[in-house]
Amino acid sequence: METTSEHAPVFTGVRKEELDDILTRYPTKQAALLPALWIVQEDRGWISDGAMAEVAEVLEITPAYVKGVVTFYTMYHQHPVGKTFIQVCTTTPCNLCGAEDVVKAFLEHTGCGELGATSPDGKFTVIEVECLGACGFATPVMLNEDFLEDLTPEKVPSLVEKYRGR
Amino acid sequence: MAGRWQLNMGYPHPPHEKETVVLSKHFGDPEARSYSGWVKRGGYSALRQVLSMEPGQVVDVVKASGLRGRGGAGFPTGLKWSFMPKEKTRPHYLCCNADESEPGTFKDREIMRWTPHGLIEGCAIAQYAIRAEICYIYIRGEFTEPLVVMAAALEEAYREGVLGNNALGTGKRLDMYIHKGAGAYICGEETAMMNSIEGRRGNPRIKPPFPAASGVFGQPTTINNVETLAVVPHIINRGAEWYKSFCLSSPKSTGTKLFSVCGPVKRPGNYEVTMGFPLGEVIHDMCGGMRDGRELKACIPGGSSVPILNREETEACKLDYEGCMEQGTMLGSGGVIVFDETADMVYQIMRLARFYAHESCAQCTQCREGTAWTVRILERILAGEGEMKDLDLLLELGEQMTGTTICVLSDSCATPVISGIKKFRNEFEAYIVGKRAAVAVG
Repeated sequence: METTSEHAPVFTGVRKEELDDILTRYPTKQAALLPALWIVQEDRGWISDGAMAEVAEVLEITPAYVKGVVTFYTMYHQHPVGKTFIQVCTTTPCNLCGAEDVVKAFLEHTGCGELGATSPDGKFTVIEVECLGACGFATPVMLNEDFLEDLTPEKVPSLVEKYRGR
Repeated sequence: MAGRWQLNMGYPHPPHEKETVVLSKHFGDPEARSYSGWVKRGGYSALRQVLSMEPGQVVDVVKASGLRGRGGAGFPTGLKWSFMPKEKTRPHYLCCNADESEPGTFKDREIMRWTPHGLIEGCAIAQYAIRAEICYIYIRGEFTEPLVVMAAALEEAYREGVLGNNALGTGKRLDMYIHKGAGAYICGEETAMMNSIEGRRGNPRIKPPFPAASGVFGQPTTINNVETLAVVPHIINRGAEWYKSFCLSSPKSTGTKLFSVCGPVKRPGNYEVTMGFPLGEVIHDMCGGMRDGRELKACIPGGSSVPILNREETEACKLDYEGCMEQGTMLGSGGVIVFDETADMVYQIMRLARFYAHESCAQCTQCREGTAWTVRILERILAGEGEMKDLDLLLELGEQMTGTTICVLSDSCATPVISGIKKFRNEFEAYIVGKRAAVAVG
């Protein structure tokens, strides 16, 4: 795992410009923390301690403060995840329509085996997620940024193969 | 980017003959998503009109329309706006709550996907009415498609001169930015949302001070739900009396409302009806009833935080604030979760409790411990290891979790548990006495 000293800065070039633009939207630097963390995750796939230290420095807050925020929000990855991060909604409305079978199908076909684990080939991580806000289209699933609706266990194998090739 | 979300987008159903279509008129019409398409459909005329009025007059129109907050609490919108200081001595802010995460609710997502300019126009009108130069649209991070659609629409609105330092050429400043959430249900609570915008953990704040006095960045702030803001241009265009005329039952509930229906019905989706419309007709007529010829067993009419209704109560329930109260529940966000006869109420209530335990910000003891213990006790019952006294324990715990914390997440966890035990006690007892086989809870 990357240590603070090995961290190559994220906020240079275009990324720096992106952040500078975001900073104009808020009266405080700290308010740019969530957007800054999104930039890090988009760039690196997850948020390392080194990245948190860099964000802290850029926004003039402490690394501990940044860590406190990162750990609050479930969408920020504090560890590397599979190339395709799969989130299956299993809250009650989806559960009533068979969401748990969709989870099982993903665990089986990706080779992840259990929730939160990354498949041996590093391609997939599957988690259950609480309400994705698309309850009428059970079961909604997110594969990275792709938001899919109406998934059934039958649709899972071909979908997994499609993303395996990416 | 653009090609991808179009491919993934679920297409909404054509309107049912019993629907009253205002907000959802352009759902499914891809042209309505662009600036030119929106203008062709009458878009931004309300904003133009508003910018020539006094802010106070705009507030009065919304007050007179009877519009109440569509996010869940049902607070009168015009009244909320009127709490903002009339004298402008420091920055004012508007926050548009697009953190839609209440289980069963998916209406704001549809508004943003299909009528992004309608929402922008509503936000701009509200901004002007409360004298706020800046509006933050807080969209949950999981809403990747609405985020893309809204960002594109905002870019257009700036390019076309609707927003910016010289909004519609009037010299007024109207700036609007998207603030992307990062996975926290609690950030839909208004004070937690303000903390999240400030770059903090999404912990709710103690009120008072109320947002209109000290909100985001310590400045006067108003927070409104997407659906509330999106309907404002229609009210401006057609008038308060027109909006008020949509009323089938209680005069305190006016207008139309989107109801998101989910669960094992034949045609789930968003349905827009006049306030006071019968819940039974939404389920049986609009949604086509239960799948596979099954019977209706129960319903949560306003998102997972409101009391569960049994079948009789569901059939008798009128969909407005007072009609829901009459049946001992609440209209909430309008997220209708339908359960059929095969639903295991104990298991599904456990899943709901798990949701709240997962989403508790853990600030208050009653919520942090209460939600976790509720889940553990329910899991114990499902595993066949429960005792009769566990049911009283759950009720007592629920009581202690109600009205004792900074925000209502704790109450929201207790609500389905308490109403579930009261109405479906036999199902809980079946697990306890071994009449029902234990289930694996992973």
